[in-house]
Amino acid sequence: MSSQAEPTEDFEGIAARAPNRHAAFQPHRKGAMGRAHDLLHATPALVPMIVLIAAVAVFGLVLGGKFFSPFALTLILQQVQIVGVLAAAQSLIVLTAGIDLSVGATAVFCSVIMGKLVFDVGLPAPLAVLAGLIAGTAIGGLNGWLVSRVRLPPFIVTLGMWQIVLAATYLSSGNETIRAQDIEATAPFLQFLGGKLQLGGATLTFGVILMLLLVLVLAYALRSTAWGRHVYAVGDDPEAAALAGVDVHRTLMSVYLLVGLICALAGWVMIGRFGSVSPSATTGVIGNIQSITAVVIGGISLFGGRGSILGAFFGALIVGVFELGLRMAGANPQWTFLLIGALIIGAVAVDQWIRKVSA
Amino acid sequence: MTDPVLSARGLVKRYGRVTALDRCDFDLMPGEILAVIGDNGAGKSTLIKAISGAVIPDAGEIRLEGRPVRFASPIEARQAGIETVYQTLAMSPALSIADNMFMGRELRCSGIMGTLFRRLDRRAMEAFAREKLNDLGLMTIQNIAQPVETLSGGQRQGVAVARAAAFGSRLIILDEPTAALGVKESRRVLDLILDVRARGLPIILISHNMPHVFEVADRIHIHRLGRRLCTIRPADHSMSDAVAFMTGARTPPDVMEAA
Repeated sequence: MSSQAEPTEDFEGIAARAPNRHAAFQPHRKGAMGRAHDLLHATPALVPMIVLIAAVAVFGLVLGGKFFSPFALTLILQQVQIVGVLAAAQSLIVLTAGIDLSVGATAVFCSVIMGKLVFDVGLPAPLAVLAGLIAGTAIGGLNGWLVSRVRLPPFIVTLGMWQIVLAATYLSSGNETIRAQDIEATAPFLQFLGGKLQLGGATLTFGVILMLLLVLVLAYALRSTAWGRHVYAVGDDPEAAALAGVDVHRTLMSVYLLVGLICALAGWVMIGRFGSVSPSATTGVIGNIQSITAVVIGGISLFGGRGSILGAFFGALIVGVFELGLRMAGANPQWTFLLIGALIIGAVAVDQWIRKVSA
Repeated sequence: MTDPVLSARGLVKRYGRVTALDRCDFDLMPGEILAVIGDNGAGKSTLIKAISGAVIPDAGEIRLEGRPVRFASPIEARQAGIETVYQTLAMSPALSIADNMFMGRELRCSGIMGTLFRRLDRRAMEAFAREKLNDLGLMTIQNIAQPVETLSGGQRQGVAVARAAAFGSRLIILDEPTAALGVKESRRVLDLILDVRARGLPIILISHNMPHVFEVADRIHIHRLGRRLCTIRPADHSMSDAVAFMTGARTPPDVMEAA
């Protein structure tokens, strides 16, 4: 290091000669591209919103009034309500830099619990729903404990939990479906979220309204409460968050517990949507992938700490618009998957571009 | 002589067979910049962690303004008025300057919006953050809501120091604040450190950079083999003296000062 003996005075002399100016924040990077980048950086839900509006506009132009009607547009909401609720749950986990492969299976499991408790145990329907919600929260809590305390990777924990919960669903139900007519006759409360509100040609179910409220409440909580800021900070850099005074374990546990509860709500939404309780509902197998797709198209970074839950909601709607629009246009349904695949890759490419910031 | 703001006596910390702190003493005087230097493995980061609450010493006593304290976590030390700027800065790059300054101690709105809806008082937090950055001359910020990752290394360090200065009521610990910075940015951060001292807040500065240490420090605590070897004044010694003491090439002329 410093082998020659420098007298101290020299350094103080330099200090005196140094400009009396402190670190200043200079403007940088103007121009259209830079400004677009700044805007997307600040509001990451903008890209999926533009894609959604463009998709609705294109299908509206091509298909005309058939697609651009209150009926068709609210039908999209009904078709995405389960994935929309699961995507809200998935968003929370992904914001903490995790991933949850068990969301769909948990939803199916909770719907089966609700049905079984009414039909096998004879519990009143509201109590059965409550028990289902508690069961979902418990599964989420177990995931959270394994991730936060035992420090297992979320991918592994939820990959295991997905299999466990799915198997438990089949084992406990003997793969028997509870028919819609039976539920309607015995416990209509289980189908409560399938209840419809007619507004002109538009049809809203309580499940759709629940999804919309859930997204709005979570968007508010993530943006405007300390808890929300902590979720972002933990996803961004858990060590930095801990040193800055955030209780990382508590934040993670709260997220996983809440996600379990939301998955159970999705299970209740499922009963409303299908009318029946089916242990072999496809949501248990592909619900996780559908929710991850919505989250990724919605611009939430899989690396955590970036993105907004509104984006994930738009992502779910984009998938719904493509599905219905292409079906109405008479296209082969494989085109939907092809386009969704392209969107996923495009969305992650945009995410990488947004994350690139020049210092 | 005035009483130290923070003093430690006989701190011991062992990791298995390794003794990181061996009956270590430490004193920080009011309003001074005390540099802590030492070779790698001398135990200076363990010493600093013991003071900032990140490590609980096995034995010994720490006194803050004369009263004995025992910190179980960095948060407790923070509540006692000791702020630490970590080498990693402990900031969330994607969040705004204001969010980062208030991380873990957010302000809520008054009234029902705050108590029931737990809404953050963003306006108050941003105004406070702007004021504190202005105080330290980091004033040409255009947008307090811009994410920290859009700032340069020196600017980030500036925000971290401003956060510590804003909330640290007793003392500030700076861990290698210039290690990752260029010449110009280091200069600005050093000016910032002097500015904070001018406000009367004492500072503990950990650094490997001898010119920086000799430029800003009032006293230099030389750490060697898990304990305080001596404390010197930069005016009395050259940098090569300090390096010689630190590495054991030379023995310091007895104990320089009692404190």
